[in-house]
Amino acid sequence: MLRWTLITLLSIAVIGVAVWGYKEHQEKNAILIQAENSYQRSFHDLAYHMDLLHDKIGSTLAMNTREQLSPQLAEIWRLTSLAHGDVGQLPLVLMPFNKTEEFLSQMGDFSYRTAIRDLEQKPLSEEEVETLDSLYQMSGEIESELRKVQNMVLTDNLRWMDVQLALVDNEEQADNTIIDGFQTVEKTVEGYSEGQLNASLMGTSSKKDSYSSLGEEKISENEAEEKMKELLKVENDTEFNIASTGEGADVPLYSGSYHGDNRSGYVDLTQQGGYPIQIMISREVNDKKISLHEGMNKAQEYLHEHNFDEVELLESNQYDNVGVFHFVPSSDDVLIYPDAIQVKVALDDGEVIGFVAKDFFENHHDRTIADASLSEEEAKEKVNPNLKIQEHHLAVIENDLGEEILAYAFLGQLNQDTYKIFINAEDGREERVEKLKKAEMKYD
Amino acid sequence: MKNAKLVVLFIVIFTTMSYVGPDHKEIQGFTDQVIQHGAVGEDVIELQARLQYLGFYNGNIDGVFGWGTYWALRNFQYEFGLEVDGLAGRQTKDKLVQASEYDKAYVKEQIQQGNDFTHYGGMDNQQQTDQPNNQAENQGANPNDTPGNETGEPIEPTAVNIPAGFSQNDIKIMANAVHGEARGEPYEGKVAVAAVILNRVESPTFPNTASGVIFEPRAFTAVSDGQIWLTPDDSARRAVLDAINGMDPTGEALYYFNPDTATSDWIWSRPQIKRIGKHIFCK
Repeated sequence: MLRWTLITLLSIAVIGVAVWGYKEHQEKNAILIQAENSYQRSFHDLAYHMDLLHDKIGSTLAMNTREQLSPQLAEIWRLTSLAHGDVGQLPLVLMPFNKTEEFLSQMGDFSYRTAIRDLEQKPLSEEEVETLDSLYQMSGEIESELRKVQNMVLTDNLRWMDVQLALVDNEEQADNTIIDGFQTVEKTVEGYSEGQLNASLMGTSSKKDSYSSLGEEKISENEAEEKMKELLKVENDTEFNIASTGEGADVPLYSGSYHGDNRSGYVDLTQQGGYPIQIMISREVNDKKISLHEGMNKAQEYLHEHNFDEVELLESNQYDNVGVFHFVPSSDDVLIYPDAIQVKVALDDGEVIGFVAKDFFENHHDRTIADASLSEEEAKEKVNPNLKIQEHHLAVIENDLGEEILAYAFLGQLNQDTYKIFINAEDGREERVEKLKKAEMKYD
Repeated sequence: MKNAKLVVLFIVIFTTMSYVGPDHKEIQGFTDQVIQHGAVGEDVIELQARLQYLGFYNGNIDGVFGWGTYWALRNFQYEFGLEVDGLAGRQTKDKLVQASEYDKAYVKEQIQQGNDFTHYGGMDNQQQTDQPNNQAENQGANPNDTPGNETGEPIEPTAVNIPAGFSQNDIKIMANAVHGEARGEPYEGKVAVAAVILNRVESPTFPNTASGVIFEPRAFTAVSDGQIWLTPDDSARRAVLDAINGMDPTGEALYYFNPDTATSDWIWSRPQIKRIGKHIFCK
C-alpha cells in the first residue's frame, strides 16, 4: 500500500515537473524569439535604409535644380540618422564596426551642412561634388555587402542570437557568417582611405593644436605627488596612488588618488607644467549652512589662489547641498567661452570639492581679439524683435565648424522663457540660439 | 473690493502677530543670505512671492531662482532705484519687504497641497488658487486658520535645478547604469563610467542619446544581466551630476573593461588611457 502511494505521489511529482519544465522552456523560447525578431527587424531596416540612402545620393548627383537639391539633402540626412539608429540596436558593440558608423555620421554632417546652406547663393563646389561622389561609391559598397549578408541570413536562417553568443564567447568568431559579413563591410569602408574624403568638408573637426599653453617642461612623478597632496590638502604620510596615463590619452597626465575613511580625493595633473586639469573630493556634504552667494565667493577666492584672475560667472546652480559654478575668463570685457572652468563648492562649510579646468587648458592660447566691426545696436537689429533683450556682452565662442569667432551674446525674454542669442560681431550672422533651461518640477 | 480689504486686514493682523512672537529685530522673513541666481530654498519662495505681489514676477512660485526670477528682480531693482545686479542683498530685500506683503501661511499651504497658485497683491487669495480636489475647499485663503504653520518645518521648494540638456529622469537612468556597472568602485570610478556614457553620446559612432547609449545591445554588462534595475545609491547620482558638470577622469575614453573578466581581444587592442579602480579606460 505504502509503495503504491509513494509511486503515485512520485509519478505526480515527475509529471508536474515535466509540465513545469516544458512551460518554462516554451516561455524562454518565446522571449528568445522576440529578442531575435527585434534584432532581425533592425538589421533588415538597416539594409533597407542603406539601399535608399545609396539611391538618394545617386539622384542628388544627377540633379541640377537647386530647389530640388536642398530637400533631397535633408532626406539623406534623415536616412543617415535612421540607419545610425538601426546600427545602434544591433549587438555589435564589441565588434569593430566604427568605420561604417563614422561613414554614416560623416554623411549626415555633410548633407546637413549643405542642406541648410542657401544653394542659390553658394552652389555645391567642385570639391563637394567630388566628396559626394566618393560617398556615393562608399554607400554603394556598403549596400552591396550588406545585401550579401542579408541574403545569407535569409537563406540559411541565421540568427542574431548566435552572433551575440559568439561575441560573448569570443571563440575566434570563426564560423559566424554574420560577423564575417560585417567585417567585410567594415573592410570595404576602410578601403576608402581618408585621402579620398576631404576632411574639411566632412565636418570631422580637424583638431586644433590643443593643450598648446602648457609649455614643454615636464614635472617628475615626485613633484606631481607633492603638488597633488597640496591640492587635496592631505598629510604627507597619507597612502597615495599615482599613475601616468597610457598611449590613448590626448595629453599625458598624472592621476593621483587617495581613499580615507570619510573622504577620498582624485586629481589629474598635466605632465607638462603640472597644471591641475581636475580635482574631485568625495565626502558626505551636511546640511546647507552658507548661501549659494557665499559659495560663489569661495569659488572665486579659490580661482584667484590658483591664478585665474579675470573670471566671470556664467552660471550658478544649487544641487541639494552643493553649488556648481561655471566661470569663463574675460579679457577686456570679452568673455572667452571655450576656456570654461567649473568649480563645485560644498554649502555646509564652503570647501571647494570639485574643480575642472580641462576646457581651459585644452583651448587656452594667446588670442588677439579683433574689435567688433558691428556696433551693439547693429547687432541688436539682427535679433528677433519679439525678444525683450535684458543683458548683453561680447564673447568669443566656437561656431558650428569649431572655429572661434567674436560674437555679441544677447540675453532676453520671449514669453516666459529666456534665450541666449549669439550674433556674429563681424557679419551679423545669427550663430546660435540657446533656450536657457528652467527648473524642473519635482515628481515625488 | 470688500473681500480684498478683509484680506489686507487679515494680513496686517497676521504680520503684527509675527512681530510680537520671537524677538526678531528685523521685520523680514528673509534670512541674512544674499540670494543669487541658481539658489534653491525658502528664501527664494519668499522672494518670488514678494516679486509676484508687486507684479514683477509671473512664473510659478517654486523656490528655484531661475531666469524668470532673475529678470523680475532686476526690473524691481531698476524701478526702485537700486543697483541693478540681480542679487537679492540686504538693501534689495529691505526695499522688497517695505514694498510688498508676504502671506507665508497661504503660500506654505498652497505648496504643501500641491496647488497651482499665484500671489499677486490686491487680489483675493481664494481667486488665486486652483485647487485640484474638493476636500481642500474650506482650507483656502484664510491665513489665520492655520496659525501653527508659522513656526513649522521649512517650506520645501517644488522644483529642482537640472543641468541643461538633461531631465531628472535622464539622470535617474544614468545613475542606474552607473550603479549597475560600478558598484563598489571608488567614487572617481563611478564618475568615470558616467563620463564614458556622456562621451559616447557625443561621439559620432554611438547613439546620440543617453538612453540610446545605455540600452545599446551588449554595450554594458549591467544592462544585459539586469543589474541596471537595482536601486542606485546616492553616490551614483552625484557621480552622474559631476560628470554632466564636466568632470571626466577618463580623459575622454569611449570604452572600458575589467581586465580580469574581459574576453574580447579587440578591446585589449584599443589604446589605453588609464586604470581607475577595476576598470581600464581606453579610446
